[in-house]
Amino acid sequence: MRISTLFYTIKQGLINIFRNKWFSLASIATIGACLFLFGLFYAIIVNFQNTVKTAQEGISVTVFFDDGISQERIEEIGALIDKRPEVSDKRFISADEAWETFKGDYLEGYEDGFTENPLVNSANFEIYLSDVSMQPALVTYLEGVEGVRRVRRSEITAATLTGVNGLVAYISVGIIAILFAVSIFLISNTVTIGIAVRKEEITIMKYIGATDFFVRSPFVIEGMLIGVIGAMIPVGILYVLYNKIIEYIILKFSILQELLAFLPVDTVFGTLFPVSIIMGVGIGFLGSITTVRKHLRV
Amino acid sequence: MIQVVEILTRNETRGRRRKKHVVSGSDEIITLNNVSKAYATGAPALNGVDLHINKGEFVFIVGDSGSGKSTMIKLLLRELIPTSGDISVMGYDLVRIRHRKIPKFRRNLGIVFQDFRLLKDRNVYENVAFAQRIVQVSNKEIKRNVPSILATVGLAGKYKAKPRQLSGGEQQRVAIARALVNRPSILLADEPTGNLDPKNSWEIMKLLEQINENGTTVLVVTHNREIVNAMQKRVVTMKKGVIVSDEEKGGYIDED
Repeated sequence: MRISTLFYTIKQGLINIFRNKWFSLASIATIGACLFLFGLFYAIIVNFQNTVKTAQEGISVTVFFDDGISQERIEEIGALIDKRPEVSDKRFISADEAWETFKGDYLEGYEDGFTENPLVNSANFEIYLSDVSMQPALVTYLEGVEGVRRVRRSEITAATLTGVNGLVAYISVGIIAILFAVSIFLISNTVTIGIAVRKEEITIMKYIGATDFFVRSPFVIEGMLIGVIGAMIPVGILYVLYNKIIEYIILKFSILQELLAFLPVDTVFGTLFPVSIIMGVGIGFLGSITTVRKHLRV
Repeated sequence: MIQVVEILTRNETRGRRRKKHVVSGSDEIITLNNVSKAYATGAPALNGVDLHINKGEFVFIVGDSGSGKSTMIKLLLRELIPTSGDISVMGYDLVRIRHRKIPKFRRNLGIVFQDFRLLKDRNVYENVAFAQRIVQVSNKEIKRNVPSILATVGLAGKYKAKPRQLSGGEQQRVAIARALVNRPSILLADEPTGNLDPKNSWEIMKLLEQINENGTTVLVVTHNREIVNAMQKRVVTMKKGVIVSDEEKGGYIDED
């Protein structure tokens, strides 16, 4: 294709957009809404995953031993824990360390009344997980190990975190899929009207000897341009809003501050920007190519 | 006039170069052998038509409405496929031609319609340049060719005008310029004077004659009895889908 032909095709695509400006605007708005929601859910999901990951790193399962257990058996239990794939790290806390921590946390200044360590049976393993969803399986396993008196789970339940994460993902995928279908339908309508408006011109083009590609490409370019514009607007809005929303959440819901771990704006948009543009172009391409194939049997 | 000769001589050279594609007679550029075309309902639009047109001929195709003239034009443009028979135009077998080869075939034809079919939102220059853009001619060549062809049809001074600012005759000249700018071997004119007054009709016919004298084969479908009778060219008369007369220097045959 000649450069002049390429410019001509792009120019015609732009002319198409302006000729059906209301339909073009409707298509841009729908793609914009679709990709805005996509961006929003994407930002929520990646931040939620980051929160889950951060939480996982802090979640521990604590294993206490039977009274009078031997040091050898404790080491054997330690070896069994190391073999578990979901375990990322473990730390042995002796009874003395446990008492020191307890004193530091709760008895500052009043510990003199204790002559002996009241937590003599509190030696334990603190286990850190690499995958929070495996916590119940690990707990069940550990409860069956000989020499284990009690297994304590962390306060944040693993099931809740993974469940909420999955639910957010499913809802997002559902809403986005519906919006994608609506976007493709609207672009298809816009292109159909464009074809109807230019019917005379298309007929002349066919008589003069335009190739199928030459006749169709302005409409495909039109769809793709609508897709790009429809993608850039919501990404731009989300970029501006992202930090403001995070600031607002932290300010208004300070209780969540320790629970939530937000990602920096550039990390989120480093992926979101190219993905949104590709999706916008993809929606535009799909919507227009299927329509020109259907209505332009040239 | 020098420009006209120059442009049309180039047509002739192109025509000669294409000779190798021609499968039928040596100078034959259009061949219809026993061609029939039937639509889903009604009598066949064409019924066993044989027609042979040589390179450089000027042919009128006349006949009343429903005689099959329009169907013949559509078949020659490969807009329709015959129900039976063979059609060869410039060596292209229009029955078996592959879909992707059709644009290349059509680039050798110039077509002029009764209703001009100009793009109303573009000026004269753009309407003619449009035909060149479609066949991907460079901008540099377009800038050279379009003024030249507009001078040929006598519209050099009106290149900025929009179609609605032109008379019917002028609009048809733009359509002829558009048909000629890609230097076709054949010019098909479907009722080119149908919307014009007698004076403009004559001017358009003179222009077509001039184009033909310089080597382009011209086929004119018309109802204009006066022009057909006056010009003394080959006249093919159609009635109810068959050719009822084909005369070397004929006139308009009245219906019984």
